Amino acid sequence: MEPTNTGDPQYYHRVVDCQWACPAHTNVPEYIRLIAQGRYTDAYMLNRKSNVFPGILGRTCDRPCEPACRRTRVDEKPVAICRLKRVAADLRDPVAHLMPEVPEEKNGKRVALIGGGPASLTVANDLLPLGYEVVLYEKHDRLGGLMLTNIPSFRLPEKVLSAEIGFIVDMGLEVHLETPVTSMRDLWENGGFDAVFVGVGAPRGKNLELPGRYDSANVHIGIDWLESVAFEHIDSIGERVLVIGVGNTAMDCCRTAKRLGGAEVKVMARRGRKDFKASEWELEDAEEEKVEILEYHSPKEFVVEDGVLKGMKFDVVEWYHDEEAGREKSRTVEEVFIPCDDVVLAIGQDNAFPWMERDMGIEFGKWDMPTVDRVTHQCSLPGIFFGGDAAWGPENIIWAVEHGHQAAISIHNHCQGIPLTDRPPAGMNLFSQKMGLHEWSYSNEYNPAARTQMRYVDLEERLRSMEVEAELGFDVQQTAREVQRCLNCDIQTDFEAKLCIECDACIDICPLFCLTITDNGEEEDLRQRLTAPADNLKQALYVSEALPQTKRVMVKDEDLCVHCGLCAERCPTAAWDMKKFDLIYPHAGQASRAEVS
Amino acid sequence: MSPSARPVARHPRMRTNALGLTPRDYEGAMSTLCAGCGHDSVTAALIQAFYQMDVEPHRVAKLSGIGCSSKTPTYFMSQAHGFNSVHGRMPSIAAGANAANRDLLFVGISGDGDSLSIGLGQFCHAIRRNVNMLYVLENNGVYALTKGQFSASADVGTRSKKGEVNRHGPIDPVNLALSLGATFVARSFSGDKRQLVPLLKAGLAHKGFAFIDVISPCVTFNDHVGSTKSYAHTRTHAHEVVETDFVQLKSRITADYEGGSTQAVTMHDGSVVRFSKVSEDYDPRDRGKVLRYLREVRNRGEVATGLLYLEESYEDLHEFENTVERPLVELEYETLCPGSKALAELQKEWW
Ligand SMILES: Cc1cc2nc3c(=O)[nH]c(=O)nc-3n(C[C@H](O)[C@H](O)[C@H](O)COP(=O)(O)OP(=O)(O)OC[C@H]3O[C@@H](n4cnc5c(N)ncnc54)[C@H](O)[C@@H]3O)c2cc1C
Ligand SMILES: Cc1ncc(C[n+]2csc(CCOP(=O)(O)OP(=O)(O)O)c2C)c(N)n1
Ligand code: SF4
Ligand code: SF4
Ligand code: SF4
Ligand SMILES: [Mg+2]
Repeated sequence: MEPTNTGDPQYYHRVVDCQWACPAHTNVPEYIRLIAQGRYTDAYMLNRKSNVFPGILGRTCDRPCEPACRRTRVDEKPVAICRLKRVAADLRDPVAHLMPEVPEEKNGKRVALIGGGPASLTVANDLLPLGYEVVLYEKHDRLGGLMLTNIPSFRLPEKVLSAEIGFIVDMGLEVHLETPVTSMRDLWENGGFDAVFVGVGAPRGKNLELPGRYDSANVHIGIDWLESVAFEHIDSIGERVLVIGVGNTAMDCCRTAKRLGGAEVKVMARRGRKDFKASEWELEDAEEEKVEILEYHSPKEFVVEDGVLKGMKFDVVEWYHDEEAGREKSRTVEEVFIPCDDVVLAIGQDNAFPWMERDMGIEFGKWDMPTVDRVTHQCSLPGIFFGGDAAWGPENIIWAVEHGHQAAISIHNHCQGIPLTDRPPAGMNLFSQKMGLHEWSYSNEYNPAARTQMRYVDLEERLRSMEVEAELGFDVQQTAREVQRCLNCDIQTDFEAKLCIECDACIDICPLFCLTITDNGEEEDLRQRLTAPADNLKQALYVSEALPQTKRVMVKDEDLCVHCGLCAERCPTAAWDMKKFDLIYPHAGQASRAEVS
Repeated sequence: MSPSARPVARHPRMRTNALGLTPRDYEGAMSTLCAGCGHDSVTAALIQAFYQMDVEPHRVAKLSGIGCSSKTPTYFMSQAHGFNSVHGRMPSIAAGANAANRDLLFVGISGDGDSLSIGLGQFCHAIRRNVNMLYVLENNGVYALTKGQFSASADVGTRSKKGEVNRHGPIDPVNLALSLGATFVARSFSGDKRQLVPLLKAGLAHKGFAFIDVISPCVTFNDHVGSTKSYAHTRTHAHEVVETDFVQLKSRITADYEGGSTQAVTMHDGSVVRFSKVSEDYDPRDRGKVLRYLREVRNRGEVATGLLYLEESYEDLHEFENTVERPLVELEYETLCPGSKALAELQKEWW
């Protein structure tokens, strides 16, 4: 193999599994260390730089970082990254004075944001400090998008939401509430804007066209129903509730139903548990609240008598692998009737742009979706950008935030006459953590503690109201324990081939058998010849330059390294060093520091 | 702070041996030797050898004298028996322990100071008695623990860290062992586990005294330019005389050798040692030829490595002494010590 180019920021970035997996590339290990030191405010601000809404995300994030977490490869469960984020948000000092400064003097460019969800708010957050005049239009009477209307307050308290939105509004965002944009052409042609960002989400809940669907008023579309609950238009539901679908929306529907009087709430799934879309923790939370989840029930008919919903018929199905079709297919085993008073449909969302004229130059493609560039977020009409759920369909908050960051870069380039493809490159800083012979500036001891369990408000108390936040958050002891589970994946083992005397000390000490000195070869062949099986092909092999004495190479399988630093400690020549990797992932108007130097 | 122990985190797919153990189950305490010390690599090689040979740790007795090298036993197989003797006295402790419990596997670890200066006499007599043990001499050319004075294995002309030149001729432990009739004589290098691990395994399988002289550089006092026991010097001057492959009993099926220069010796336990001679006229079973050959290699300024001599059929300590099959420690007290009446009976023979 060619020697690994560790000068490319992407190499070490990949080693920080959580940061790599996070769409916004939040510097997780650094914020965990800050929390460990009790520096909650610093941890909060570091988070905010990447993900803008640490308090919100510390409760609701989809957590793509956690399944990626290195800890899962040497231990059962990942570090509770998300819950630690909440700790920083809960325990921080006031931070209003730490927000980015906004210049008095504007740069003369005006940007419109359509929709007040996390995507638009992120664009505002990035552009206001650069002197843009930013104007936001929102259909509802409050900001937040689905975070407000659909994520129930027992998961995300209103005060957390409004505080973090407030930081952005206070930067000088011009907000027009209860002002739906009804014509894109009008806004574009008469609004006087240099750029427009479309962050309207995917507002249409999927329907279920089955016999009896419109014969009763007690069949609800999940996201509309949750919205009505959020705006307090609905405050009760029947005793027996069926929720159709088993994604995260279904989990919010069933748990909300439990709080509005649903005594017997069942979630009806067509598939088996392994295929459920909902996150494991959401399923656990629902079941803990005595929601019953029934597998293999395919909805067939709404049974309505004299205008009164009596229940639903389902086909009980079994799944098998169809060789010909090359996929799973179902066959009906029996039909069952399940009585109920209300049905909530939680089977997905669609995009809809009825207010966007099709003849103004915005090209629409498959599924009537606008054609949007994956990198620049621009549609076919220069100056109009899309992000969040509006761009490519429903995702989650952290993706909406990252879209916002990227769209802001594009809008900035667009307004400043810089090609959109001319994006600030990622950079990095690497600095040694050595403090002494056997001393590092980070805690390199491996703590075998198991993942800390979240504690909840008592079930009875919890179900009494929508406003009781179910999770209590980690207390100081729990936090102190959980932070030690992080493996400091950003503290990189950095190797200098010309210093190595091939004494094998690093290879002998490594508890995970990551290291090998051997003759170079092609990757496939090398993987066969390492100290321990290197069968996780998703994880890179580091290969050094030829070593001075024998011309062999040092190979490191990045897969299981726990960043204990023992290799560097046992190296007599400091050929290995432990260096903190700091990714510079620039946002709008920032050049990477590496580029500047 | 340096962790007091290695992380307990384990490689989830590490291969296990026949006992279901991974190499990590053969670890000992964290080493306190200098970072980069050759002795730590020998420790790692020993761990691999025991792991690969499916040895149950409690069946092993580790013995040593005094020196950095003699600290090695602490750093592997915490579950094995261990005895740290007085400087240079490990061989007699090993002989005694072996006499008492012939069922254990004995591994003695010593240094060039421990074995060739203060303990030279002990070393010679262990060879003479053919004590059934693996004897590893971690040879760095200095008394490292006492801060780097030249030892008896230092070559003429080698320089100390401060520049002083050694004038005394060295004692070559391989030469000495061969002359004294040792039945398994090898030399290796701590920086070459590909060679060292099979040698350690063959040594463990050997019946009798298995001696391995391991050049094991001292990074702190003897790894500079001008030293003949440094990593760099050893790498450029090592001359592998025979390549040794150790085929464990459990995998005998593969012991079907291609012809040519390959020779095989079946060990006492049924394992096989295979030699592929790197040098044409070498015969690891002809003591006289080996001695002559090694002299030539030495005269060229090179260091011969490999399993240099092997003789599997010679009697060991217990056979010489005609002791009982059962280990003495397992005999009932009455049998072991039949009392004054029996002693008087016995003495009659000589009166
Ligand atoms: C029930 C449910 C639970 C969820 N839970 C989570 C969770 O726990 N974690 C997570 O990460 N994600 C969750 N999501 C997904 C997440 O909320 C969305 O992916 C995210 O909010 C998308 O952000 P956005 O800015 O693209 O759009 P949205 O949040 O949808 O915001 C769009 C905004 O635009 C406004 N708007 C629409 N049309 C117009 C118009 N023409 N003019 C003016 N304003 C308009 C809307 O009123 C809305 O306020 C959940 C979604 C649902 C449905
Ligand atoms: C009876 C006695 N004499 C002298 C010493 C001092 N002493 C300790 S270690 C050592 C030499 C060790 O050299 P070596 O066996 O080569 O081990 P190394 O440290 O080089 O590995 C000496 C002379 C001692 N401990 N005991
Ligand atoms: S161990 Fe820590 S740094 Fe590593 S992936 Fe998990 S959270 Fe991230
Ligand atoms: S830091 Fe070094 S010794 Fe520790 S696990 Fe990683 S490679 Fe191995
Ligand atoms: S410990 Fe240092 S000098 Fe020794 S092999 Fe490893 S990197 Fe090379
Ligand atoms: Mg010595």
